[in-house]
Amino acid sequence: MNQRVALRCAGLVKRFADVTAVNGLDLEVFVGECFGLLGPNGAGKTTTVEILEGLTPSDEGTVELLGQHWNSGNDQALRERIGVQLQETQLAEKVTVVETLRLFRSFYKRGHDVDEVIHIVALEEKRNGRVGKLSGGQKQRLAVACALVSDPELLFLDEPTTGLDPQARLSLWDIVEKFRASGGTILLTTHYMEEATRLCDRVAIMDHGKMIALGTPAELIDSLGADQIIEFSVTKPLDDDPLMQLPAVNHLHKRGEVYALTVAEIGVALPSLLAEIKRQQSELVTLTTHQATLEDVFVSLTGRMLRDG
Amino acid sequence: MAEANQTLVNQHEAKNAKSQSLHPLVELTLTRMREFLREKEAVFWVFVFPVLMTFALGIAFRNTAPDKTPVAIEADSKASETANLLSRSPDIMATVLSPEQAAQALRSGKVAIVVKPINDAYEYHFDPTRPESRTARLLVDDVLQRGKGRSDVAKVGDETITEPGARYVDFLVPGLIGMNLMGSGLWGLGFTVVIARSRKILKRFAATPMRRSHYLLSFMLSRLVFLVLEVAAVLIFATLAFGFTVRGSWLSVALITGLGGFTFSGIGLLVAARPTTIEGVSGLMNFIMLPMWLLSGTFFSSARFPQVLQPFIQALPLTALNNILRALMNEGASLSSNWIPIAILLAWCVVSFVIALKIFKWQ
Repeated sequence: MNQRVALRCAGLVKRFADVTAVNGLDLEVFVGECFGLLGPNGAGKTTTVEILEGLTPSDEGTVELLGQHWNSGNDQALRERIGVQLQETQLAEKVTVVETLRLFRSFYKRGHDVDEVIHIVALEEKRNGRVGKLSGGQKQRLAVACALVSDPELLFLDEPTTGLDPQARLSLWDIVEKFRASGGTILLTTHYMEEATRLCDRVAIMDHGKMIALGTPAELIDSLGADQIIEFSVTKPLDDDPLMQLPAVNHLHKRGEVYALTVAEIGVALPSLLAEIKRQQSELVTLTTHQATLEDVFVSLTGRMLRDG
Repeated sequence: MAEANQTLVNQHEAKNAKSQSLHPLVELTLTRMREFLREKEAVFWVFVFPVLMTFALGIAFRNTAPDKTPVAIEADSKASETANLLSRSPDIMATVLSPEQAAQALRSGKVAIVVKPINDAYEYHFDPTRPESRTARLLVDDVLQRGKGRSDVAKVGDETITEPGARYVDFLVPGLIGMNLMGSGLWGLGFTVVIARSRKILKRFAATPMRRSHYLLSFMLSRLVFLVLEVAAVLIFATLAFGFTVRGSWLSVALITGLGGFTFSGIGLLVAARPTTIEGVSGLMNFIMLPMWLLSGTFFSSARFPQVLQPFIQALPLTALNNILRALMNEGASLSSNWIPIAILLAWCVVSFVIALKIFKWQ
């Protein structure tokens, strides 16, 4: 299938005083897809997004956005076509929702009617309320509304749900899904695997400024060659090698006291694991199993948890 | 059904009309003004405080009949005779005190001079660095000498004048207006820009097609609106409460307050061009404003500072603005006769804008 590319970057490098935030990144986002950059804090997601948005110059590499390049004399025209939500923007508190949106709307030649956007993000009740009085979720919806007000072709969302409660997160996901359904392209960063799994057509997992995996959420989870994770702890440390030899076990990962086994068939793996623990004269303390997630993909690739940062 | 639909459409259109965006420059300026007017403290400092200040200082230094000069006489056998002599002058209020009390009264400024009778002679105790003490010495000496029989050689007559324009409040009002223009220009721009930068609003704007010149111009426009109001507040109050009069042309006053407002907005923009924290910009702003509060002749004439400092003081934008405003308001001077301070102000205005725009950071 020959898909049209909305965004492409190649060999992106960005160095700050003592860290290389982005270290040779190649990405391709297709028109109409929701593409996720998943990674822990400090992986270089925000720096990447700000380079793509034309806010931060890169040290090396090229960016192509909707067929255009930054700094080639038509930045204004390019900005007309994208919508941006930045991670840390705190909008002015003394102005109201509708005043804020009217201001942002005035910057664009074309776009939605302000009340239409208020409807899209479900802030009708707060239309004339001051920004300072909004809840965290409402503020975030307003930030997304400011990005949507120009009816953009490409929407950048940088950690749109960080710090929000589950309810607020759900309502934001709703907005993203609607935008995607109407044909928009989205690049979103997150360190929540549920968010990436739920929203994204494809996910790039980032760590230390590099992409370490790319694919649909299902493909990435399949790449573990397993559908279940068994996590357990025991009274006396076990030998690793015999554990790896157990049937249906693909991978072993230890984090502190906790062993995590990636297994293909839990029905086969579990009885032999219990037998092996007994054979090594140890005893189970805890045991849980769950479906493999993107989190497990990250753990198996880096040996760390996403939320560890 | 069709009718109901029509009503819905109408309602929708009415709503649309209300939520229509105006020109970006207008929207930005409106946002500036809303943010300012909804900040009660800012409104107080810009509009109410200068009026209160004019009132307080105008009252404290109001021109009543000159107070009597307080004089202490050291208790002595000749003290009552001395007091008698001094009481012939309507301008002297003499009290007899013990030597310790007299010395104490002189130290604390309750009396301007102490007269110590020694037989038929007198000794004056006073501090020559205090202007009122020097005046008191002349007055007391004159009265005592005449009382002892000295006769005046030349005939003199006094013709006194007190006219508006020469009172302290007349001196004060232009200075307060100048100081207010400086304060609101620097705080109004400097603070707002740095807050917007620290909250990443500047960065967010940079991600839109907004013209950057519109953003900066919106500050100028909203400043212009508030400038008219804040100058008018002080002028109207001073006129009603103290009979203050502007002797020069209103057009010149308007032009100069406008120039002053823009100059301090430019300096405010320069101050705010780089800092990312409120603490940073506050320090910088105090560093710039403090010398001008002290040196630029807001409360007393800057001519009182030593000669070596004068070139520096005269080059300060607030000194220039205060001097022009005083010349226009108090003396009714023309703009052309004030071209030097006007040129100084213009230079500050242009230079600070040019540098500010060059080094301004959006992130």
